[in-house]
Amino acid sequence: MPSVCLYLQTHQPYRLKNFSIFDIGQNHDYFDTPANKNYLERITRKSYLPTNKLLLELIRQHRGKFKVALGLSGVLLEQLEESFPAVIEGFQKLTATGCCEILGETYHHSLAYLYSPSEFQTQVAMHNRKIKKLFNIQPKVFRNTELMLNNQMAKQVEGMGYQGILGEGADYILGWRSPNFVYQAKDGGKTKLLLRNYQLSDNISFRFSCRDWNEWPLTAGKFAAWIKDNQGRGEVINLFMDYETFGEHQWEETGIFEFLKNLPGEILKYPENNFQNPAEVIKLYKPKAELDFPNIVTWADTERDLSAWLGNKMQQEALQKIYSLENAIKETKNKKLLNTWRKLQTSDHFYYMCVKWFADGDVHKYFSPYESPYDGYITFMNIFNDLKLQLK
Amino acid sequence: MKVLMFGWEFPPFNSGGLGVACYGLSKALAKQGVEVLFVLPKKINCQVDFCRLIFADKNPIDAEKILKAAYLSPDIYGKITQGLFAGRGLIDEVKRYALLARAIAKRESFDIIHAHDWLCYPAGMAAKEVSGKPLIAHIHATEFDRTGGRGLNEQVYAIEKEGFSKADKIMAVSNFTKQKVVKHYGINPEKIAVVHNGLDLQQTAQKFYNSLNLGGFKKKFKIVLFLGRLTLQKGPDYFLLAAKKVLQKNPNVYFVMAGAGDLEAQLINSAIDLGIADKVIFTGFLRDENLTKIYQLADLYVMPSVSEPFGLTALEALGHGAPAIISKQSGVSEVIKNCLKVDFWDIDQMAAKILAVLQYPTLHQTLSRNGQTEVQNITWDNSAKTCLDVYNSVLG
Repeated sequence: MPSVCLYLQTHQPYRLKNFSIFDIGQNHDYFDTPANKNYLERITRKSYLPTNKLLLELIRQHRGKFKVALGLSGVLLEQLEESFPAVIEGFQKLTATGCCEILGETYHHSLAYLYSPSEFQTQVAMHNRKIKKLFNIQPKVFRNTELMLNNQMAKQVEGMGYQGILGEGADYILGWRSPNFVYQAKDGGKTKLLLRNYQLSDNISFRFSCRDWNEWPLTAGKFAAWIKDNQGRGEVINLFMDYETFGEHQWEETGIFEFLKNLPGEILKYPENNFQNPAEVIKLYKPKAELDFPNIVTWADTERDLSAWLGNKMQQEALQKIYSLENAIKETKNKKLLNTWRKLQTSDHFYYMCVKWFADGDVHKYFSPYESPYDGYITFMNIFNDLKLQLK
Repeated sequence: MKVLMFGWEFPPFNSGGLGVACYGLSKALAKQGVEVLFVLPKKINCQVDFCRLIFADKNPIDAEKILKAAYLSPDIYGKITQGLFAGRGLIDEVKRYALLARAIAKRESFDIIHAHDWLCYPAGMAAKEVSGKPLIAHIHATEFDRTGGRGLNEQVYAIEKEGFSKADKIMAVSNFTKQKVVKHYGINPEKIAVVHNGLDLQQTAQKFYNSLNLGGFKKKFKIVLFLGRLTLQKGPDYFLLAAKKVLQKNPNVYFVMAGAGDLEAQLINSAIDLGIADKVIFTGFLRDENLTKIYQLADLYVMPSVSEPFGLTALEALGHGAPAIISKQSGVSEVIKNCLKVDFWDIDQMAAKILAVLQYPTLHQTLSRNGQTEVQNITWDNSAKTCLDVYNSVLG
């Protein structure tokens, strides 16, 4: 009886403004407020509002048989509260149905896990408070930034009160095994792992509008048949993707909303199928085996590792520098400085510095405010230097 | 396949990128099995093994000086050549080249004619008339690039336009240049193929890095390099304005201006007026070993061109491991990703980026390494392949 677990991740960073060397020590205005609002306005119009509306209709239409889980970064929620509260209301309507689960994560969509255990815990707690306040929900399953996962993390989130964690169903971890089961990590405590079926997920998020793809055009019926094909070969099919797939990465003109509209009905046509959210999945199914995640696995690019954020020296240095300020920033007890420092930890800033463009290119340039990764590094380092000056 | 190619200059008797490009392209074409008959207007003392050089005028007077002056406007050229020979200006030289080309075209056998820039278009057209063979007009720089659109020479413009219309196909060194030809000369874009220039990697083979410490100078000071003709098109004046801004922030920088040109005196005066004369070094025209050394000495190469059809020097600098800041108003910015780009007029951005490269070692290192790797793939062999495709399409 295969369950479908649909998880949509939504996040937008506070992009930085063009802060030149001549600005250092002159002003402390780092974020490009008008541009961020513009990006958000576009995404709200094209994706958040229509998708929220459609998801709510689907939940109502299928009387609770359609379910969806969401990842909502704190920095996105903050920006939406400020400028587009209607989107927050949309999320609230979804969670009020009881068919929409929200996962735990770092408030700042950061890589803090890699650099500072205490900062990581703080940011997760901040996110928890935000979700509690806005949705009155206590997340039970965790998802780290960009689906980062290793053995130790599985263990650590258990100690933080989570029962499960999401990860990438990377071939080099699974080997001959299927991603369509619940697993546990080696030395990862009792934490259950839900691994993304990247093939089926990417068929929607990347390939949906790709005319060179031999399965184009993709219909909900065809997709539901693929799900059925997995019957007997798995218990849960994890479809994890960016929320912005609907209406932004895949424009309305591609037919993505029609697809989403018909998908639950087509999947539920097969009586053995159902939709389950992560917290239910880990209750329903026992771990099939223990998997070894010695190194961090992510859902990015073809490498499925951290190279999109830490692949070059500029990224390594920028990250190392920003975390090197941790003690000094915390000692100031200045809330504004602390808040700024945290916003600078958002992983997107480092993603923009990735020079792997040439193959994985388009994805990295997407939403990047910079002409090149080098400009991203310059801006970040100028801001870092100004922030550091403020500490003296 | 046999090509009758008309050029104007050839290394080591060149004053800029045109000669370098002609050399690189013909050498790579020869590797593709193309027989190149390379015609030059005047006899110079140079020999190559990959193609046959034909000199239109076998007994010229002071050829080198005249060829070098060809980048200048016909008016300035006239002044320079006065006294060398009675009353003969650049336009007359170009016409005379065409007359001699006629005889060459009659004598030689070939499949296709390939002429580089306006200086050679009349020669190319004459050869086409005599032989009936198809003509390729290769455009390395238009009159609009040279003049910035101000004080256009009508005669030069007319020759360019006639060359474009009489040609069977046009090769432009970049999309940037192709757009100019479409916009300013009213040519159908379908007639224009883009053949980007390449880098001759042999040029970057010689390494002087270890011998270039200049007695500890490099430990304290950074060197930012401008290399190109000191003329309006190349934007040396913007380079000086950016230098002023950089020096206000970081006095430990020297700005080297390598090249000669009509703005030289004016630029020296500007450096004095800006109060930065002690930090700006004018080297004059450099070639061979000195050229290699200056690239390798540079911590950063800046190409602030106002209008740069291609910009071979950017490839050369990157090939030598110097990070580059290049003008967005250039053809080379279409082919290079691992560099910084600025609008030539945006002095603040230019200065800010210069300072960033000098201040952040990781940035310098990453740009240098990735830039050097990237240019390895921008070769004349690739240019020659594209060129050969164009030949074949014209010959049907």
